[in-house]
Amino acid sequence: MFIRMIGGTLFRQWKKMLMIAFTIALGASLATAMLSVVLDVGDKVNQELKTYGANITVVPKQASVLNDLYDVEGGGSAGAYLKEEELGKIKTIFWAFNIVDYAPFINANATLDDGSDVTVVGSWFNHHMSLPTGEELDAGITSLRSWWEIKDGHWLDEQNGEDGNACMVGSALAETRQLAQGDTIHVKGSAADADFTVVGVFEAGGEEDNQIFTSLDAAQALDDLDGCIDSIEVSALTTPDNELAVKAAKDPKSLTISQYETWYCTAYVSSICFQIQEVITYSVASPVRQVADSEGAILEKTQLLMLLITLLSLIGAALGICNLVTASVMERSSEIGLMKAIGAYNGSVTGLVITEIMITAVFGGIAGFAAGFGFAQIIGRSVFGSAITMRPMVIPIVAVLVAIVTLIGCIPAIRMLLRLEPAEVLHGR
Amino acid sequence: MSLLELKHIYKIYGDLHALDNVNLKVEKGEWLAIMGPSGSGKSTMMNIIGCMDKPSKGEVILDGVDIAKENAKSLTTIRRDKIGLIFQQFHLVNYLTAIENVMLAQYYHSIPDEKEALEALDRVGLKDRARHLPSQLSGGEQQRVCVARALINHPEIILADEPTGNLDDKNEEIVVELFRKLHEDGTTLIVVTHDPEVAEVAQRMVVLRSGKISRETVNEHFTGHIRFDN
Repeated sequence: MFIRMIGGTLFRQWKKMLMIAFTIALGASLATAMLSVVLDVGDKVNQELKTYGANITVVPKQASVLNDLYDVEGGGSAGAYLKEEELGKIKTIFWAFNIVDYAPFINANATLDDGSDVTVVGSWFNHHMSLPTGEELDAGITSLRSWWEIKDGHWLDEQNGEDGNACMVGSALAETRQLAQGDTIHVKGSAADADFTVVGVFEAGGEEDNQIFTSLDAAQALDDLDGCIDSIEVSALTTPDNELAVKAAKDPKSLTISQYETWYCTAYVSSICFQIQEVITYSVASPVRQVADSEGAILEKTQLLMLLITLLSLIGAALGICNLVTASVMERSSEIGLMKAIGAYNGSVTGLVITEIMITAVFGGIAGFAAGFGFAQIIGRSVFGSAITMRPMVIPIVAVLVAIVTLIGCIPAIRMLLRLEPAEVLHGR
Repeated sequence: MSLLELKHIYKIYGDLHALDNVNLKVEKGEWLAIMGPSGSGKSTMMNIIGCMDKPSKGEVILDGVDIAKENAKSLTTIRRDKIGLIFQQFHLVNYLTAIENVMLAQYYHSIPDEKEALEALDRVGLKDRARHLPSQLSGGEQQRVCVARALINHPEIILADEPTGNLDDKNEEIVVELFRKLHEDGTTLIVVTHDPEVAEVAQRMVVLRSGKISRETVNEHFTGHIRFDN
């Protein structure tokens, strides 16, 4: 009988129920789209911000102490080096898949033919790695410093055999020395000499414009620093810091076990730094605060905006449902009055109306979820140029939101229904 | 003890006394008609007897319980268990068939029983129309479905509000005949009407005027059969 009554109402009032389903679908679609984007926007924004460079630097512990002591950055290695052989371990940490790029650096002090000093920086350009995990990775400054403007030639291509004697020259140095692609430059290190062929001239807008960039091996050979590196720059996808991350960054030992697990298993920049330190011997990994903070701020504002849109859309849906359900109950007041007159308790009638609306909400919610997934893809393609990954957690969240919004939307109608006196509607008193 | 007793009942809306010191007794198995012009307090009295309203003052003793003191939930329970309601406007659920409308009363009372509902429809001569929707039934047939719905839970009292108000003579006769059969079976009937022909069929008639019982007559020639004047 209950099912028959539900079915009767749904079919008899199909236009009104369709409007309710449509309203719910609208709210659910916006909630789905916004939540999908919010949950995925972290990665998307992070990927966008990766074009602005690394967000973590790794230096030897000794150099870090000196840097902290004198409050300087890049203050030299102070005779301590990281081990080149450990570079691959960075891709073995818990958050390995969040490490999207990294590059080692070694600075060799050399002189040019005229006796002037020049810094020769050894690094990876597009270094190919086959990791023990089976992952293939091209890492290096070609992608890590994508904002460099190539004024002449091209990026040094390690995978095309351009290593050993190939180099890239900063635009200021190239201008002073009249260097162009194909020219050879002779440099003298403390341990060896080298003739580099210029494959590209770049403009970085910093001190790099006066430096020579070559392969790691070639720079190490100049100062006899085989297997040594000064620093590593890491680009990682991170989660914005919260109080826990700030506390952990100061001292991970101050955390309780559960806090530690939460922190360790969340991609906070401090957590990733901590894990890098675990695999790189005698190292200190620290976030490049400016980049990390910008990422966090942009991400938080973007997420806040989307959550506000979600909230407003749900409020709109609740108001729409409120009007439609109230109209439906008013239209059926004599039927509801009759039910009460022949013995239905308020709870029974309320249950009947809520069940009808919730069934409608299920259909509206499913349709809205599908539409919302489509909206999310449109947003993803148009804003970030890639698809939005649908997180499974969106489904229960949207389901709960739809249920809450529907129930809230039913409140005025239920209040009216509870106040409805059978005598009033049956006798028109 | 009377099945229903109204003691010094008042129903006051502001300055208006819809019922003004009404006293009435209805015995078990009695057929009572309540008459009166519009605004005399008939519907107010019916609402109070039907547990759909409470008096401002006074006692309404139904089967030994003062329903004037009960809360809304208890009144619903009493209405469900002891009273069968018949309305002038029929008030059938239009998307349920005749039998489903009867079963609706069973559903809110106990458990729907299709066989029993069909028997109730058979009693009012609508067994063959059981699967029809209200829109497929005539006014008289709809009212007979209402009677079947009122009967289905074996109430102490059948309370009918202008049961023939929307019916033609033929259907009026059918409905009154149904009442006569119910009376014969021992059902207590209270029929609120402004139709003298329907009222005069009853065993006893009270006339309300301005919220007071102005006249009470006993039908000495009670047969239960309606007699049309023309």
